[in-house]
Amino acid sequence: MNKILNMVLKRLGLGLLTLVIVSMLIFIGVEALPGDITEAILGQQATEETVAAFRKELNLDLPAHVRYSQWLYGIVQGDFGMSLANKQPIGEMIGWRLSNTLFLAVTAACICVPLSLILGILSALYRNTPFDRIVSMTSLSAISFPEFFVAYILIALLSVQFNIFPSMVTLDEDMSFFQKIYEVFLPCLTLSIVVMAHMMRMTRAAIINVLSSPYIEMALLKGIDRRRIIVEHAFPNSLSPVINVIVLNLAYLIVGVVVVEVVFVYPGLGQLMVDSVAKRDLPVVQSCGIIFATTYIFLNLTADILSRISNPRLLYSN
Amino acid sequence: MIKLFKRSPLSARIGMLVIAVNLFVCIAAPLIAPYGETEVIGEVWESVSAPNSILGTDHLGRDLFTRMVYGARNTVLLAIGITALAFFLGIFFAFLAAVLGGWVNQLLSRSVDILMAFPTLIFALVVLSVLGTSVPSLVFVLMIPAATRVYRLARALAMNINVLDYVEVARIRGEGIFWVISREILPNTLSPLAAEFGLRFCFVFLFISSLSFLGLGLQPPTADWGGMVRENAGAITYGIMIPLIPAAAIAQLTVGINLVVDWFLHESAGRVPEEI
Amino acid sequence: MSDLLKITNLKIEAVRENRTKEIIKGIDLTLKRGEVLGLIGESGAGKSTIGLAAMGFCRPGCRIVSSSSIIFDGFEIMNATLAEKQNLRGTRIAYVAQSAAAAFNPAHKLIRQYTEGPVRHGIKSYPEAKKEAQALYKKLLLPDPDNIGYRYPHQVSGGQLQRAMVAMAMACKPDIIVFDEPTTALDVTTQIEVLAAIKKVTRELNTAALYITHDLAVVIQLADRIMVLRHGNLVEEGTSKQLLEAPREQYTRDLLSVRTFQKQVEDPGENKTPILEVQNLTASYRKNTPNVLKDINLKITRGKTIAIVGESGSGKTTLARAIIGLMNPKKGKILYRGKELPYALKRRTKDELRHLQMIYQLPDIALNPRQRIQRILGRPLEFYFGMKRSQRKKRVKELLDMVELPAKFINRFPPELSGGEKQRICIARALAAKPEIIICDEVTSALDQLVAEEVLKLLQNLQDELKVTYLFITHDLATVKAIADEIIVMLLGSIVEQGPREIVFNPPHHEYTELLLSSVPEMKLDWLDELLKSRREKEAARGNGKKFHDIESYLAVSN
Repeated sequence: MNKILNMVLKRLGLGLLTLVIVSMLIFIGVEALPGDITEAILGQQATEETVAAFRKELNLDLPAHVRYSQWLYGIVQGDFGMSLANKQPIGEMIGWRLSNTLFLAVTAACICVPLSLILGILSALYRNTPFDRIVSMTSLSAISFPEFFVAYILIALLSVQFNIFPSMVTLDEDMSFFQKIYEVFLPCLTLSIVVMAHMMRMTRAAIINVLSSPYIEMALLKGIDRRRIIVEHAFPNSLSPVINVIVLNLAYLIVGVVVVEVVFVYPGLGQLMVDSVAKRDLPVVQSCGIIFATTYIFLNLTADILSRISNPRLLYSN
Repeated sequence: MIKLFKRSPLSARIGMLVIAVNLFVCIAAPLIAPYGETEVIGEVWESVSAPNSILGTDHLGRDLFTRMVYGARNTVLLAIGITALAFFLGIFFAFLAAVLGGWVNQLLSRSVDILMAFPTLIFALVVLSVLGTSVPSLVFVLMIPAATRVYRLARALAMNINVLDYVEVARIRGEGIFWVISREILPNTLSPLAAEFGLRFCFVFLFISSLSFLGLGLQPPTADWGGMVRENAGAITYGIMIPLIPAAAIAQLTVGINLVVDWFLHESAGRVPEEI
Repeated sequence: MSDLLKITNLKIEAVRENRTKEIIKGIDLTLKRGEVLGLIGESGAGKSTIGLAAMGFCRPGCRIVSSSSIIFDGFEIMNATLAEKQNLRGTRIAYVAQSAAAAFNPAHKLIRQYTEGPVRHGIKSYPEAKKEAQALYKKLLLPDPDNIGYRYPHQVSGGQLQRAMVAMAMACKPDIIVFDEPTTALDVTTQIEVLAAIKKVTRELNTAALYITHDLAVVIQLADRIMVLRHGNLVEEGTSKQLLEAPREQYTRDLLSVRTFQKQVEDPGENKTPILEVQNLTASYRKNTPNVLKDINLKITRGKTIAIVGESGSGKTTLARAIIGLMNPKKGKILYRGKELPYALKRRTKDELRHLQMIYQLPDIALNPRQRIQRILGRPLEFYFGMKRSQRKKRVKELLDMVELPAKFINRFPPELSGGEKQRICIARALAAKPEIIICDEVTSALDQLVAEEVLKLLQNLQDELKVTYLFITHDLATVKAIADEIIVMLLGSIVEQGPREIVFNPPHHEYTELLLSSVPEMKLDWLDELLKSRREKEAARGNGKKFHDIESYLAVSN
């Protein structure tokens, strides 16, 4: 057991280190802006005073490492600083949007994790049958389509043609859960389709990979029932790659969520980030970036730890 | 090559045909397109049945077909260029890391780990917010994530080859690192790398399209499929399906490539007893 | 008594890219209750395919032609449904695979895999099966038989795992067991105990067996009857005695006469100055890990063959790698013609590199599959001697001639050649450098016996002609006997015995050398029984109850 604890602690430490480096890079990236940030934002015509006031506002007169630690300390406390565009505290802008984004991502995950596992296992079992071919062609198309294509097809069908679901999402805080679900139905479906396709294909590949091992042949030659071979011999050994697949694709949700939010004008973090990039509202971009990166690193870390733990060689080594 | 083609299933052949058509359109764009890239020929969102155009007109009254053809040229060629660059850099550093080992390997691999800790789109958004949207910054933003993934794969492939006896023979003979990389390792990693090129191209291509769709990619008036979806997005609420056309164009090319890559990878997959 | 298994006109095709190729070309086979039938042949003979077909199983890419008939105890397997076949498998006909490490499921404990068969087939309850497993483990001399079953496969050594697999095959008391090269992957001293285990259980329970192997000396110890196979055809069939004493076919005679080649003893008066000397060499893989080479000293005389013998883990390959410059030792000297060689490859001169060449065990991975033979052999010529294109071509042809290959091979790629041909190319590549010393690392282990013999003869002829020195790294004492002038026996990183062949091979031996020598199967009918008997007697004579029959017990005794 000690060994596992050791491994988990080591991975957590590494994850934390990665996080610190990533935050530094985000900070330095903005720092290393060609020319002066003030000039880039205020334009060439800015007067001396406005520049000075602006620099003061951004604390640009302090040395870099001091600003970094202040910034990081603030983030840990939940203080993300001020937006340049509308002079509002970023924390307030983010809070509600973050919860919306999480709502969308979690709903999508709840749909696609079980579904894609089932489809992946089924198509591995019924390899080269018409069922497998249909699933495989559909999922190949889905991973080839850009998210917005899937989104617009769904809009064209379910919103324009049949007018069942709204093509633009409007959320507010006192909606009931089911109202919310109805509102996010289309963006959620879009995300699920794309992520499910990835997840399902990788699950299928992981299982097939295990099925070609000699110990599966051995189990067959021991006369073990086919279903038992899958459940008792193949499944425990494909657990580790499959866990990896699931969590990595949840991480993929984060990327997908940005585009989908833009399509459906969804009041989430992704849209805020894209808007801020266009406005070059750097503190907001930084904050959103760090939140997305943290989630992503955390998910990857989870995948890493879980898939290591599910490997019997690590669990019971001498 | 011909032998390989003869063995290919129908799906892969369709994929190859799609790729060939797309490449042809890229190269021959000015010959195919009936109008200029930014030429206005009619009203906003004229339908397919308009007399002077094949696919109708876009939100500024430009010929959609012409825009599609030039869009192919701009987007596909840019994606090919970026993928090629990512491959060159990724493979170069990967092989160096695999062959030299030690601190070179550690330094390169840890740097790549850090870069890969960013979700790709978030990385792009942060960088673009700093550098602004220009073609060079676009190239940088797309190339880095692609190169890190190529690095991972190429390094793993090279490590596998590097421990084989024939590479050791070359080392014992006293061959330099350049010989080992170019003559012993590279030729034996070509076929998995070819499949990876296809996948990476899809990744870059979809990525450019997404960025353009978000308004951060190629800037108007340059024709670009992702951007065209964005520009015409409003039409869909009026029941005009114009934005679906460039989106479908993106999809057809990636589907085509994936069909070929899938067959390629299937050829090298492990075989399962029939009774399971 | 009626036949337990009757296979008639068995044909199996390999299907690849819509083309079929017959790999088993009409084999008839019968097996009576309690009989052990040996299937012997070289690679590509189709012996494993036949063994699996007896269970109605075909590996992916193969299929049994429908006109074949496989009748097990009156039941036609060819017409059986999968469910019917699964009912037979494990219960009435069981399988023992070549690599136990791959065939045991890494996710389950040994005992669970043992009991799975009887429990799932509804023959025994789990506690019953468990108790039997422990009894069987004990019978097969596995250490700590009550608890070894609760380990995972990766926690058990290779020889023990193979015995656990034999036990697993016995779990349902099957009528037939198919043994598919069960000892090929093992060291000689480990092999003995597995063979003994197989013999014991098959005899006591009167189990019939198909014993598949490439090693005639091994199969003679176990089989009542032997079928010699080649390229999917039957060459000859007969009782072990018939086959051993009066083989009818030339091919069988060739297989029997394998390992009889022996180099002429030369007059020892030749120059005795060593060409290569190793002094006090000590090495470990990483800092602060146990030494894998412990204070090694040896001298090699020019034009001689020195063989380093040892089992896996003896450090023999590490020694070769240290000499060639691929591994940095902790201390010690490597002297070439009295001059100290730097440890690292990079610090050695081109000439020093040229004089030390190496040939590997697996010719498949020792030749770059993407280079033509012209390139493979031409590169050392260009690199060491700066030869021009036309010169190179001429010399490559000469080299091919020296290793007895036709000149037309010059434009071939390695995958187009057979295993023996590839190994000859490797030899030619080493010779291209005009080396003084060639290190041969298990060069014949991966080859079929007849091919291996030819390669050994070639190496000997080349030595006679070119006066090149060989350093042979091998676990195979037959090879040593054939070719070595001097022998070094290694165990766990140390040299236990060294000296000229006549001295090492003749008693009195060092204990470990004795163990090694006596473990090499001989072409005698009762060799295994006699060996086991004499070993048990020795154990009894030793009196202290300590066993001494494989490497693990040897180490237990000597510590």
